[in-house]
Amino acid sequence: MKTTLQSGPFAHADHRVDRTMLTVLLALLPATLFNLWLFGLPAILLFACTLGAALGFEALWLAATGRDARAGLADGSAAITGWLLALSLPPWAPWWLGVLGAFIAIVIAKHAYGGLGQNLFNPAMVARVALLVSFPVIMTAWVAPQPLFTERAASVAQSFAVLGQGVPDTMVSATPLGHVKTELSRALPASQSAADAPALPDLLLGRRAGSMGETSVLLILAGGLFLLWRRVITWHIPVALLGSLFAAAQLASLADPARYTDGLFHLLTGASFLGAFFIATDYVTSPMSPRGKLIYGAGCGFLTWAIRSYAGYPEGMAFAVLLMNALTPIIDQYTRPRVFGRQRNGEPLPLRPF
Amino acid sequence: MKNHPIRGGVHPRYWKELASGQPIAAFPLPARLSLPLQQHVGAAAIPLVEPGQRVRKGERIALAPGAMSAPLHAPTSGVVHAIEEITAAHASGLPQLAIVIDSDGLDEWAELPAPLADPFAAPPEEIVRRVAEAGIVGQGGAVFPTAVKLGMGKQYRLDTLLLNGAECEPYITSDDRVMREHAAEVIDGARIMAHALGVAKIIIAIKKNKPEAIAIMREAARAFAGIEVVGVKIQYPIGYAQYLTQAVTGRETPAGRRNAEVGVVVQNVATALAVQRAVRHGVPLISRVVTVTGTAVSRAGNFEVPIGTPVAELIAHCGGYRARPRFLVNGGPMMGFQLPDENVPVVKGCVGIVALAEEETARQPEQACIRCGTCMDVCPIGLPPVEMAQLIRKDRLDDAARLGVGDCIACGSCAWACPSHIPLVQYFNHANGALWTADRQQRKNERLRQLAEARSARLEAARQERLAAQAARKARAAAPRQEISE
Repeated sequence: MKTTLQSGPFAHADHRVDRTMLTVLLALLPATLFNLWLFGLPAILLFACTLGAALGFEALWLAATGRDARAGLADGSAAITGWLLALSLPPWAPWWLGVLGAFIAIVIAKHAYGGLGQNLFNPAMVARVALLVSFPVIMTAWVAPQPLFTERAASVAQSFAVLGQGVPDTMVSATPLGHVKTELSRALPASQSAADAPALPDLLLGRRAGSMGETSVLLILAGGLFLLWRRVITWHIPVALLGSLFAAAQLASLADPARYTDGLFHLLTGASFLGAFFIATDYVTSPMSPRGKLIYGAGCGFLTWAIRSYAGYPEGMAFAVLLMNALTPIIDQYTRPRVFGRQRNGEPLPLRPF
Repeated sequence: MKNHPIRGGVHPRYWKELASGQPIAAFPLPARLSLPLQQHVGAAAIPLVEPGQRVRKGERIALAPGAMSAPLHAPTSGVVHAIEEITAAHASGLPQLAIVIDSDGLDEWAELPAPLADPFAAPPEEIVRRVAEAGIVGQGGAVFPTAVKLGMGKQYRLDTLLLNGAECEPYITSDDRVMREHAAEVIDGARIMAHALGVAKIIIAIKKNKPEAIAIMREAARAFAGIEVVGVKIQYPIGYAQYLTQAVTGRETPAGRRNAEVGVVVQNVATALAVQRAVRHGVPLISRVVTVTGTAVSRAGNFEVPIGTPVAELIAHCGGYRARPRFLVNGGPMMGFQLPDENVPVVKGCVGIVALAEEETARQPEQACIRCGTCMDVCPIGLPPVEMAQLIRKDRLDDAARLGVGDCIACGSCAWACPSHIPLVQYFNHANGALWTADRQQRKNERLRQLAEARSARLEAARQERLAAQAARKARAAAPRQEISE
């Protein structure tokens, strides 16, 4: 009997990449279903286009480079990328926006860097930002909730028209963040325009205009807690992100309420919760140690606030995440754990009297 | 006593239930035993016997060439069949020189050293000498010569003997059974070792998944002052000596230092039993308790097995295989090594033989790393396995060394937990092997350079001397002429 000797361990945890990814998709499901209902058939069609395109580009790329497309798709990473990208798009955007975004995310942001695990930047956010700077009008053409099974729901014919052309001009609506920004530019104080936003229960439930998956704070939080419970993510990034976003906004608002909206407004609008639990926590592009995660999360939160408050765009989560992605390698380098028997600088511990 | 916090660690499925209920059974005498000369850390033993020579049970058949070694004793009576290369129980799977004995079935004892009536009245050196003569090495699998460790009381200021009954490898139950069935002897052996070390305090650390052993050992220890039985967290690899020391005493052994330098000597419970037998009864280490387990084996059990027994006989005695084993492992599945085949013998450091069926291993094809950081979270040492593996993959071994690959204890926690099933331990073993070779080569080159320099200096000195002598001769030759000319 000739055996090739293998090194241990010969036991293994029941951990698998594909199951982790599946858990993330499961956690996204409630918020996604709610928003697809909220924005109706056009959103469902765009979601399907984007997700399908992400899976298609993944399979094409793998096949073209001589790899096993089925095994590549099975790890679930392309599905998550496509899914998150779809959730970050305006729900009534035209189909080609989703397809182009999927191409940018999968082919450029992921495979050009070397594929799964090698990309420096979050692929879905690269795609979102590329689309935002290339097509700023389409990417900020929001629509007010048009829930399925109500008289406001889009008809099938209307839905396909939207899929081809995007939101009809007459229906374009603003997000709370966008509204505040516009009003500020018209010299209306933030304290006043923020009051125009939907009431607190509506913000929590997500009955507002916004990206296809970002509006329902409660359902996203439920999904995030599910991920924490399943130990797919740890608390560090979400808590640091939401904490620093809240703190920065609250402090600024206390100093100048006419110029800045308060912490709660920042938490409950935009993609704060979606970003904190599902986007900034992407393994590949975030730091690995708990301390690194805290620094990274806090950076994402603060930058989100800063971009929302000072930059030209009303929402800053995607930019903030990308900026912090760029810092991830250096954060990793400076937040490695202390090695047993050694000081932080790598020198052995001194012998202590006992 | 509360445990001190320790870093990382994992919670594998323990599978102790397969064998923990089986009392230690005597093992039938095998027809042929193979005793590798190298069953311990240090120099290989040197054979004292010739093929054809008759040996009796307990007779020394190979001597230790120095302190860092261990002698071998015949596990039964019989005739030396050969001294030849066999495939031994070693991670390399390479052939090793072994003394092969054909048993004569008589199991006739040689004359043993007289028992020490009162070990506590004997000088510590006498205990150390007897332990060395009995060929005892660390029974937990580390196979470090026990006598060397027991002599550390002279080198370092010590205050604690930490008896390791953690047995944190999954499946293995030999220490558990030893504690449950030989508690008094284990405690006696521990007290003898404490005497040799000159320490007053004995802490017996047992993982909390062995409540029976904890209760029995507590009861047995009650009669003596200075012995404390401590339950330790169910967390792998808590049985690793430095880690256990930290968990129990809060002392962290500095990198590159011995555990004894923080005042603690760690010994395995089975080693205590071997020491007790050697000192109280003069019996050398010729057998040990081995767990045969894994779901691929028909009947798991614990056996007192003569050293040198072929693994095949263990498996046969347990009713053979019930399923085709995916891996046959010497030791536990976390830190044990795969056996090349069943013909290898049981050695002094063999805590168990585990035959793993395919399902138990949960092996999956390797996938891309997704940087989830689980390996960093679970590393008990605080290393970044993901980054080290990336560097090693690119052959940047020096950079991996800077991140601490040399501090890796190969506990396997990272590879166990990795969702991408990357064989991280294999990377680190490879890197450490290559770094060691490179280091040795560098030392060799350095030595050669020094020798070469010394040689050229010597040659130069000789040349100078020759020139000086020549000059002197010339001067002498010239001088008389001068005299004459004057």
